[in-house]
Amino acid sequence: MDKFVTHVGTGVPLRRSNVDTDQIIPAVYLKRVTRSGFEDGLFSAWRNDPEFILNKEPFKHGTILVAGVDFGTGSSREHAVWALQNYGFKVVISSRFADIFRGNSAKGGLLTAVMPQSDVEALWDAIDANPELAITVDLDARKVAYNKVSVAFDIDDYTRWRLMEGLDDIGLTLKSIDSIDQFEKSRPLFKPLTQPSTSH
Amino acid sequence: MGKTLAEKIWQQHVVHSAAGEPDLIYIDLHLIHEVTSAQAFDGLRLAGRKVRRTDLTIATEDHNTPTLNIDKPIADPVSKLQVDTLRNNCAEFGVRLHSLGDIDQGIVHVVGPQLGLTQPGMTIVCGDSHTSTHGAFGALAFGIGTSEVEHVLATQTLPLVRPKTMAINVEGTLKPGVTSKDIILAIIAKIGTGGGQGYVLEYRGSAIRALSMEGRMTVCNMSIEAGARAGLIAPDEKTFAYIKGKTHAPAQWDEAMAYWSTLSSDADAKFDAEIAINADELAPFVTWGTNPGQGAPLNGNVPDPAAISDPEERGAAERALVYMDLTAGMPLKKIAIDTVFLGSCTNGRIEDLRSAATILDGKKIASSLRMLVVPGSARVRLQAEAEGLDKIFVAAGAEWRNAGCSMCLGMNPDQLAVGERSASTSNRNFEGRQGKGGRTHLVSPLVAAATALRGTLSSPADL
Repeated sequence: MDKFVTHVGTGVPLRRSNVDTDQIIPAVYLKRVTRSGFEDGLFSAWRNDPEFILNKEPFKHGTILVAGVDFGTGSSREHAVWALQNYGFKVVISSRFADIFRGNSAKGGLLTAVMPQSDVEALWDAIDANPELAITVDLDARKVAYNKVSVAFDIDDYTRWRLMEGLDDIGLTLKSIDSIDQFEKSRPLFKPLTQPSTSH
Repeated sequence: MGKTLAEKIWQQHVVHSAAGEPDLIYIDLHLIHEVTSAQAFDGLRLAGRKVRRTDLTIATEDHNTPTLNIDKPIADPVSKLQVDTLRNNCAEFGVRLHSLGDIDQGIVHVVGPQLGLTQPGMTIVCGDSHTSTHGAFGALAFGIGTSEVEHVLATQTLPLVRPKTMAINVEGTLKPGVTSKDIILAIIAKIGTGGGQGYVLEYRGSAIRALSMEGRMTVCNMSIEAGARAGLIAPDEKTFAYIKGKTHAPAQWDEAMAYWSTLSSDADAKFDAEIAINADELAPFVTWGTNPGQGAPLNGNVPDPAAISDPEERGAAERALVYMDLTAGMPLKKIAIDTVFLGSCTNGRIEDLRSAATILDGKKIASSLRMLVVPGSARVRLQAEAEGLDKIFVAAGAEWRNAGCSMCLGMNPDQLAVGERSASTSNRNFEGRQGKGGRTHLVSPLVAAATALRGTLSSPADL
């Protein structure tokens, strides 16, 4: 995973609440067995509408999605994160994300920045006033900066550290392999097995 | 101070804990299906890793499988590749798989409990947000993304931040015709689609205790629709009776029972939040909008967005009415339906089919609509056929299909056409969920059956 420290890009105001992962990428696009190429399915139902924000210049080249409250609800499909990343997004800003989507984003290196709704709306207005507005997302300082404004965003310390170091979760967990071995020795025998044990 | 049930299960599964880090949690059961696993197995292959515990892992095919002609090769080549990829991965990595045509194939959340693999006090994960279903047994069960699927395959653990706990107390007695589906739809309408975010929900109270295990699964299933990754119910005699005799019920039954009987929230446990629902006041519920929180009693009207004070919610309601092609103030019972879908991990179990069959027995569905009946698993289908339910459905004019997720998510050929309107026993009424441009009203199996007979949204009391 690439390290994420600072990103400078332009914003896409998505003035909708409750954008669920079926909207981000509908199920018909989930048949693929790769992690790439999902950009064609991103917001596919809305992309038919010429007035949809991603069909307009300069927003179609934006890299920071500024979304309404409760972004990423519904299905656990990580394809939603891949679709946003495959399209070119590096950051999503919202006042509240669904838990599973936020976790999936962190795994894939997509930064989800939580800001109060009033700050989200101020950013929407600033982008409306200047669609080419340069927005700086500084993960180290946990700040979003544009014009002369600097706004703090929330992200937990651990996720921030992982993103900044570009660390692979499995590699981190395998450092605790002795603890996993120990834990398994104490598991009760009545817990079900799906098939006879071979590895342990 | 005492502990909540969720806190007890959590603590019993902590492998490693350190300040400033998530806890490393051991996973007792990992369920796999074709849509969210291919990239995870690929990741293992690239890193030269194995599946750590094939004996705690089980796979089935459900999301992308056809419900017709299952004895023939899958017609859509992209779907076929995905299912073949699962089969190849399971063979290569040694994972037990129940393929299309196998007696234990079906929706992953119907199959787990049916095999007796879902038991109290376990941690259960699956790359599917409706894994919360298994919480009905007093297990801590939640959906995960594909990166986490890979993580569990490789390590049988997950790094997780401990969630908060919310008690949802449902006291009272349901009126006839009101079901577990109406309870959970009413809860979601009350707390909203983000209300449970960051929490594990614990459903409690006399109305929950009175539900069957299948009814409890329906409630826990839709915890995610309230924003909660997991929802659970303390196990009791009904739970134990359900597990007893199942294929994977513990051989060490007494030991298991001794442990299971410790699995309830302590009397002095403190929840981070509590809400109360009066079961006496609940009525058959239906959604009118495009998220599961946009619901109302079926006897009511389509709400007027102008009356909603919160500007975000008002805007969402306005957009929903445009998408749903509904007018504020119109009686919900006047809404004409094109397709009735009975099935899904929410309402595709045998009791759901029985309750709908009771309404349809000896009658014909309205000529203006079609009805799909999709059992949750191959065994549910066989059980229904043994009871003659299939004959009731077919005689009424409904289609009797093979098991799978089907029209719940419209990934296989079972989809709504543009503008088509469904009454669906599934869990999500999102825009386009059941097919591009399709419009979904979420309902209970009883309302689905009554609607099929009358052609407009109806409850059994209207017949």
